[in-house]
Amino acid sequence: MSAMIRLQREDFDAAAETAALTRSRADVGAVVTFTGICRGAEEGRSLAAMTLEHYPGMAEAEIGRHVEEARRRWPLMGVTVIHRYGRLVPGDNIVLVVTASAHRAAAFAAAEFLMDYLKTRAPFWKKEEWADGANWVDAKNADDAAAERWREPRSSDAAG
Amino acid sequence: MNVKLVYFAWVRERIGKGEETVEPPPGVATVDELMTWLAGRGEEYAHAFANRKVIRAAIDRTHVRPETKIGGATEIAFFPPMTGG
Repeated sequence: MSAMIRLQREDFDAAAETAALTRSRADVGAVVTFTGICRGAEEGRSLAAMTLEHYPGMAEAEIGRHVEEARRRWPLMGVTVIHRYGRLVPGDNIVLVVTASAHRAAAFAAAEFLMDYLKTRAPFWKKEEWADGANWVDAKNADDAAAERWREPRSSDAAG
Repeated sequence: MNVKLVYFAWVRERIGKGEETVEPPPGVATVDELMTWLAGRGEEYAHAFANRKVIRAAIDRTHVRPETKIGGATEIAFFPPMTGG
């Protein structure tokens, strides 16, 4: 199964990446494509820009670990994850997750799993710039809860 | 034992640098003990590590818990909870 993980400053082309996963394959019946986009407004305020800092080396490794876990849990025929870093403005693409499988259940579940983990375990940090100042984005409890629901019970849990 | 430390986001801003090499004394055995030792090195470190509950750590690019031993680590990173995706 082909897995592509890229970290880059430049924009990506979601349609082209999706096509790359399905090209000349007769066995892929479902492709799910998720794009995360930089929003421009929050509670009435307009965002000027958002800068994404990341931990090179660990970011690729951590995303790779979660792609491996997704492969173990679902029958996938292809996965692509692209995460941008650097200074972005409202409307810019931030992250792309594409999953391909024979049927839709695995493609949907794996894409959601990967996004929930990207939000909580991938070493990126966002700094928002507003007209009147800048602040680091706080991690959300809702994101931790979303990631938590994918946790598999350990065999020791079941026995205890 | 020399170890490279790397800092990200507001941890980096508060300390004033993104990386450094340190030599913690022998009594510093875990990530948590390392944070305590770092906090004592100056006001900027104390400010960065003021609230341990929001500091996360990685050893050699893998997430670790505060009680993890640091012996043999090449690179230890400290950062706030992640906000990627």
